[in-house]
Amino acid sequence: MKPGDPPAMETRSVTNESGIEIKPLYTAADVEASVGDGLLGLPGQYPFTRGIHPQMYRKQPWTMRQYTGFGNPVDTNKRFHYLIANGQTGLNVAFDLPTQCGMDSDDPQAEGEVGRVGMAVDTLRDFEIAFEGVDLERITVSLTINGAAAILIAMYLAMAEKRGYDITKLRGTAQNDILKEFIGRGTWVYPAAPSIRLVGDTIEYCAKHAPKYSPVSVCGYHIRESGADPAQEVAYAFCIARAYADEVIRRGLPVDEFAGRLSFNFNCFGNLFEQVAKFRAGRSLWAQIMQEQYGATRPGSMWMRMLAGGGGGGLTFEQPELNIVRGAYYALICALSGAQTMALCCYDEAYTIPSEYAQRISLRTMQLLIEEMGLTDTVDPLGGSYYVETLTNQMRGRMQDIMAEVDAQGGIVKLVTEGAIQAKVSAQAYQHQREIENGTFRKVGVNCYRTDEKAPEMEFHPYNELDASAQIQSLNRVRADRNAARVQAALSRVQADARSGANLMPAIIEAVKAYASVGEITGVLVGVFGRFREPVGL
Amino acid sequence: MIAARRIRVVLAKPGLDGHDQGAKVVARALMDAGFDVTYTGLRQTPEAIVRIALEKDADVIALSSMAGSHLPICRKLKPLLEQAGLGDKLWIIGGNLPAQDHDALRALGFKGVFQSSSKLDDIVTFIRTHVP
Repeated sequence: MKPGDPPAMETRSVTNESGIEIKPLYTAADVEASVGDGLLGLPGQYPFTRGIHPQMYRKQPWTMRQYTGFGNPVDTNKRFHYLIANGQTGLNVAFDLPTQCGMDSDDPQAEGEVGRVGMAVDTLRDFEIAFEGVDLERITVSLTINGAAAILIAMYLAMAEKRGYDITKLRGTAQNDILKEFIGRGTWVYPAAPSIRLVGDTIEYCAKHAPKYSPVSVCGYHIRESGADPAQEVAYAFCIARAYADEVIRRGLPVDEFAGRLSFNFNCFGNLFEQVAKFRAGRSLWAQIMQEQYGATRPGSMWMRMLAGGGGGGLTFEQPELNIVRGAYYALICALSGAQTMALCCYDEAYTIPSEYAQRISLRTMQLLIEEMGLTDTVDPLGGSYYVETLTNQMRGRMQDIMAEVDAQGGIVKLVTEGAIQAKVSAQAYQHQREIENGTFRKVGVNCYRTDEKAPEMEFHPYNELDASAQIQSLNRVRADRNAARVQAALSRVQADARSGANLMPAIIEAVKAYASVGEITGVLVGVFGRFREPVGL
Repeated sequence: MIAARRIRVVLAKPGLDGHDQGAKVVARALMDAGFDVTYTGLRQTPEAIVRIALEKDADVIALSSMAGSHLPICRKLKPLLEQAGLGDKLWIIGGNLPAQDHDALRALGFKGVFQSSSKLDDIVTFIRTHVP
């Protein structure tokens, strides 16, 4: 070795989960060689690699929105007020499985599941109780609902209107991403075509009547949980977002009238730099897609606005207190990546839905980054790092390749309906589990640094069976009190509009205002649309 | 010599729980171990699970539950399995199952109870050892 030569580099091969080989050292030459393409630019400027706003957190920190909901609306309302009193700036509502699958609390299939993993909702009355005392202008609400999304968006709009809010100014988000439910998560109801139509109906309706409301949050999150790698996570989510955009454009709505209200929900477990590069790459790729493929002209239409902070797949059952530390790194990743909203996984989520205590720790984790760690001082603090910029360019390339592959195979709707994406990511999940079990993929507390010490006692969220019977009683009271003729007329209109192909939102809103239940409205729609048949082949 | 019949497993997702990543991973591990595996897909009622187990002449009835409703589901399933003459088959359950519920699950007849941290090879070995 001559003096001045760089030291010999270690030759062990390191590859990230997206399949990109990581070098021991990066220099300016790597950034150039990775085809920067002038895709960096300034924050707030196309293609928004460094952030969608010029000042990002300097102007306003991310919204803090922990996923919450359990039991009946009375229980959940109390938890909402607890979180708001502790400094939370948004709400992210969890619904129980019967609600998510479009069933009432007294449905035979709902037995044992009412109020268990989220709040039970049957009628508008439940929304009135759940959001009582919550200032819907100051606290924006996100509804984690998919198969029953059109009905719950209708309930939210009806509840807000009843309380005197101006719907044209109402902000908030619904998850409403049905295609990813077919891949993972599984709260589908109708077949693909009418499901996509309903997503289109909500986007179109909101664009015209509630233009500040975000009717869809396209989720890479659950695709990643199902076994996708980080590049696939974003690529598949973008394919799905395009499918929804195509549905709305087909109806004649110009892209700039709705694209600005599309948002995303991504996962952040895994290698820190890979995730940061993933988000930066995704931001520029989405901007490019919207501008070049859809002809968007408003900057807002090109923004990849996102919620992040979850990553259940990275948390462990073993040594659960380490999940607090993992959650802190998740929050750091989000803050370094310019997330608009954070919802952190809680440390007890490998066991149960989060306790009040666990949620406060997650909330404080985010507040710590803002108050003590300087994460809101400057925009895109990793921008310009040779490594991060190179990886950002490489991740973008991988995402483009995956999207091209999906298109070549017939498009995302076909692949998801047939179960091809499900089979692919599930095979990867199996491979990954084998790698954890044989120790080639290191997981602290699982295949290294294990301990025989008993984990500290944790307070777990209890399930109260009485909540379910109280909910059914409440539903029965609503059914007895409402105007039956008005309900019947409204449900008939839902049926007629489902058949005619009209936008279903006005009819559904009328039905929820008449206190028709989630199960009744879903039942009418299933009568017209049928049910999704899950492709179960492995 | 007659080759031994492959062990037949029906792996079901009961209830409304949509978390199927784990069930599919376990299904693949059992297939790799040489078992004949039928994965039911989501939202199976107890009646449907019994019907599929009979149709497939299952030696093993395996459930995956991640959303907390394992006890009500297993209480409903037990008498149905017994009435269908499947009481002598191996019943196992895996997923997000709090430690305090394990004894109740075993008392209901689920001989194998596997928490979400279980190793795939341990599940395979358990089935090989306990299959009737």
